[in-house]
Amino acid sequence: MWKFIVRRLIITMPQLIVLSLVVFILASMMPGDALTGQIDPNISPEAIEQQRERLGLNNPWYIQYGDWVTGVAQGDFGQSYRFKMPVTDLMWDRMVNTFWLSLISVFFIYALGIPMGIISGRWNDKLIDQLITGYTYLGFATPLFIFALVTLWVFGFQFGWFPTGGSVASGLEPGSLEFILSKIHHLLLPGLSIALIGLVGTVQYLRSEIVDTKQKDFIITARAKGAPEQRVYNRHIFRNSVLPIAAFFGYEITMLITGSIFVEQIYSYPGMGALFIESILLRDYAVVTALVLLFGLAAILGALLSDIILSIVDPRIRIK
Amino acid sequence: MSKTLLEIKNLTTSFRIGEEYYAAVDDVSLNLQENEVLAIVGESGSGKSATAFSLMGLHNRAKIEGEILFKGRDIANLPASKMNKIRGNEISMIFQDPLTALNPLMEIGKQIGEVLLLHKKDMSKQERRDYSIQLLERVGLPRPERVVDQFPHELSGGMRQRVIIAIAIANKPELLIADEPTTALDVTIQAQILDLMRELKDDLNSGVILITHDLGVVAEMADRVAVMYAGQIVEIADVESLFVNPQHPYTRSLLSSVPATDFAQDRLHVIQGIVPSLKNLPREGCRFKERIPWIEDTAHEEDPQLHEISENHYVRCTCYQHFYFPEESKEEQANGVTES
Repeated sequence: MWKFIVRRLIITMPQLIVLSLVVFILASMMPGDALTGQIDPNISPEAIEQQRERLGLNNPWYIQYGDWVTGVAQGDFGQSYRFKMPVTDLMWDRMVNTFWLSLISVFFIYALGIPMGIISGRWNDKLIDQLITGYTYLGFATPLFIFALVTLWVFGFQFGWFPTGGSVASGLEPGSLEFILSKIHHLLLPGLSIALIGLVGTVQYLRSEIVDTKQKDFIITARAKGAPEQRVYNRHIFRNSVLPIAAFFGYEITMLITGSIFVEQIYSYPGMGALFIESILLRDYAVVTALVLLFGLAAILGALLSDIILSIVDPRIRIK
Repeated sequence: MSKTLLEIKNLTTSFRIGEEYYAAVDDVSLNLQENEVLAIVGESGSGKSATAFSLMGLHNRAKIEGEILFKGRDIANLPASKMNKIRGNEISMIFQDPLTALNPLMEIGKQIGEVLLLHKKDMSKQERRDYSIQLLERVGLPRPERVVDQFPHELSGGMRQRVIIAIAIANKPELLIADEPTTALDVTIQAQILDLMRELKDDLNSGVILITHDLGVVAEMADRVAVMYAGQIVEIADVESLFVNPQHPYTRSLLSSVPATDFAQDRLHVIQGIVPSLKNLPREGCRFKERIPWIEDTAHEEDPQLHEISENHYVRCTCYQHFYFPEESKEEQANGVTES
C-alpha cells in the first residue's frame, strides 16, 4: 500500500512539471504585465523599462521559468505585485478559508446526498423517488452561481439570517468560541448552496447503482438465506452501491476547490477562488500561476485519493 | 414408506404485465418425498425456475395461488418475517451462476456465517467461523482455513459453486432446491458437483428439487422427472419410465434433441419454433400444438388434462397417442421409438 502511494507520488512529478510549464507559458502569453497601467503616468518610460529589466521581465520565458521554478522549489512563489507581499503568505489564509468551505460543502453533500440517493434507489419509481429525481434534474439545470445569488439575496438580504460577505465578523478574538461560531455562521450559506447543487450527481449515481445492485444475483442469495429486507439493504445492496461514490470522493474534493471560484466571489468570501479572479483581473501573475499550480496539484492528489479509497473499499482492486 | 416432504397443489404464479396478470406457472401440482430427487425439466421460459422461486417465496411482485404444503404447513404467501425463518434454514437453494451469486465484497467465511447468524442465534462469532471452515471442508474445498478469509473473486467457478452449496447446507435443510446448479460449470466440474450434491443429500436425508434443462444431469441424479412446458407439467414419471418410454411429444422431442454419442446421426432433431413468451402463451387447448403443426388438430384435447397411462406416469393431452416425428413415416412410428 505505502509502496503504491509513493510510486503514485513519484509519477505525479512529471505531471506537475508539465502543468507548471503550461501554466507559466500561458501566463506570460497574456497581454500586459504587472507594470502595465498600474504606474503613475508621470514616471518616464525609461524608468519603467529599467524596472522591467531589474525584475527580469525582459528575459526570455525559459529564463523566467527557470527563475520561477527555482523559487517554487524553495517554497517561494514570488511577490504579489498588488498586495506587495510574498504569495505564500497571501495564499495561506485564503487556503485555510477555502479548506473550511470545501469541508463543510463535502459534509453537506454526503450528509444530504447519500440518504436521498438511498431513499430514491430503494423506493425507485415511487412518489418519493420521483420527487427526489425531479429535484436532481432541477439541480443539474441550475447554474451554481445563479443559485448562489438567489440564496444570498433571499437568506442573506431579505431574511437576514446569514451574513452576506466575509469569513468572520470583525473584532472577535481569534480562537474564542464567538470567533468559531461566527466562522461557521459565515460558512453555512455558501456551503449549503454548493452542497444543494453539488449533491445531485451523488444522488443520481447512488440511485442508479442501488437500482442496479438490487437485481444482482447475490441479492437473491441473501434473501434465500432468510435475511430480512433491512439487512439485505444494509449489508448487501448499500455497500456494493456506494463503491463509485467512494471512488468519486477525491474528484469531488478537487471539483469543490476549483468550483468554489464563483461562489466565493458571489459571497465575497476571502478564499482562493476569489483571490484567483482578482489576480487575473489585475495581472498579478505570480499569484495566478501559484494558484493554478495548486489547483492542479489538488486534482492530482484527488485522483490519488480516489484510487486509495477504492482500493480500501473494494477487495477486487486491492493494491499489493 | 418415506414421508411426504412437500406437496404442491394447483400452484399458479402470475406476473403483471401492464394491467393484466399472466401465469408463468399454471396449475402445477407436485409432491416430493424425503430423500427423493425430483427433476423439473424444460426449456428456458417453461416456468421451471419460476416454480422454484415460488417455493422460496422469492418472487417480489408475483401473485401466487394454490397451496405449497411443506411438512403439512402451507407456506404459499407466508409473510416475509415467517418465510425468513424457513429460507436458508429448512429450505435452501443452490443457484445457477456461481460467479454472480456471491457478494463480491464479503469474505467467504462471512457469507457462510451470515446464514448461521440468521438461524442459529446462539452461535458465537468464533463458532460460526469454525463451523464455516468445517462446511468448506465438507464440500471438498482444499485449505478451507485459508478460503474462509478469501473473497469470491479469488476462487474459481467450481470452488464458488462449492461455497454456495456450503451456504445451502449450513443449516441442514430438509428441502434443497437446485436451480440449474451445473449449467455455468465446466463438464468435468459438473460431475464433481453432482457427486457432491448426491452425497450431501444422502447425508442430510433431504429432498431435492433439481431444476435443469440438461437431460444428462437428470439421468444422473433424479428419481422422478416432471417435464414442464409453457408453465404446465406435460409429463411426470419415474426417471426410468421417462427415458425408456417417453410419451408426450415435448418429452420425446427433448430427448431426441440430445446428440447421441453411440451412433452417428446425420441430423439432430430440432424442435420447431420457440417457447412462446409469457404474454403470448396459448391459454386454451394443447400448448405444444403450435410446435407440432404436422399433427392433426383432432389429436389434441380441448382442455388437456394429465392422464395416468401407467402407475405414476402422467401425460397431458391426448396428442401423444398420435405423435410422430416429421422425419419418420407413420409406419415407423407405429413400431415405437427405438434408439432413444
